[in-house]
Amino acid sequence: MASAPSSAGTRRRMPTAIKILVAGGFGAGKTTLVGAVSETEPLRTEEVLTDRGVGVDDLEGVETKRTTTVAMDFGRITFGEEFVLYLFGTPGQERFWFMWDEVALGALGAVVLADTRRLADCFPAIDYFERRGTPFIVAVNCFEGAQRYEADEVKQALQIGPGIPVLLCDAREKESSKEVLITLVQHAMKLRAAR
Amino acid sequence: MNYPPQEPEHERWLDESAGPLVRPYVMTSGRLQPVRGEFDLITLVEATGPAPSVAIGLGPEHLSIIRLCQTLMSVAEITAHLDLPTGTVRVLLGDLLDKGLVTVQEPQPEIDMQDLRMYQAVIDGLRAL
Repeated sequence: MASAPSSAGTRRRMPTAIKILVAGGFGAGKTTLVGAVSETEPLRTEEVLTDRGVGVDDLEGVETKRTTTVAMDFGRITFGEEFVLYLFGTPGQERFWFMWDEVALGALGAVVLADTRRLADCFPAIDYFERRGTPFIVAVNCFEGAQRYEADEVKQALQIGPGIPVLLCDAREKESSKEVLITLVQHAMKLRAAR
Repeated sequence: MNYPPQEPEHERWLDESAGPLVRPYVMTSGRLQPVRGEFDLITLVEATGPAPSVAIGLGPEHLSIIRLCQTLMSVAEITAHLDLPTGTVRVLLGDLLDKGLVTVQEPQPEIDMQDLRMYQAVIDGLRAL
């Protein structure tokens, strides 16, 4: 991989940065999943937006010209000196699609976190990644007290393609969250290899 | 549908979420775009040296970035540590890159991400967590 620093010289080689998105509706557990595997406490990056960026057909959120702050929580996992992986919990609302564009550019893939109590909340994310061709999987976060469904039932309800992995997870658990990410990377790798 | 918490009806000074009293655009002299560089959220940045003691044309936020980037850091991490909007940090980083005070590494473009070895390294790394 070509990864020479922009000003060449004797400085050491920088690692390659990789990003994975964790999308889903509000409260689906995005930050929880990021925090379960991140080597640091999740950090928050914010973008200040004016009406310019916000969907004009949305009358509920923005009535007058004002600024909106869109926040993303993110975490980091360093793999030796060669790779550093960033996990971004992306804002779930469809009206922030323009921020998804920025974050999705160059992403290895995306995890769509689904909450079976509000399954429709993850539709915009699925539509978006399908349209954009970003490799994605669906992870159903099994909240305590939430009615449990089988992965196949959720898959049918979401009407996604047969090749897209759907698995159940507990975003609070490190092992479970690791499994989600491994499933995504394996899926993305398969898609790349098939090209 | 769920929306983020509504902003207050009238802009107020100094409530708990008032943020910095210096508006972000003041730090960038009103500029919206960096003079150099793209600065993706995962672009990696490292200072080329310690913060200069005489810093003509640099603001305190520029110096904060240089101090932070004594160790390698992504644009997203810089924005989080300085609690500044991404757009503002991009402009400041462009100034620093232009003056040779930082080196950057933009991430791989999507089209080049076909390195299967990278996928395997990430899978192995995750398993070992």
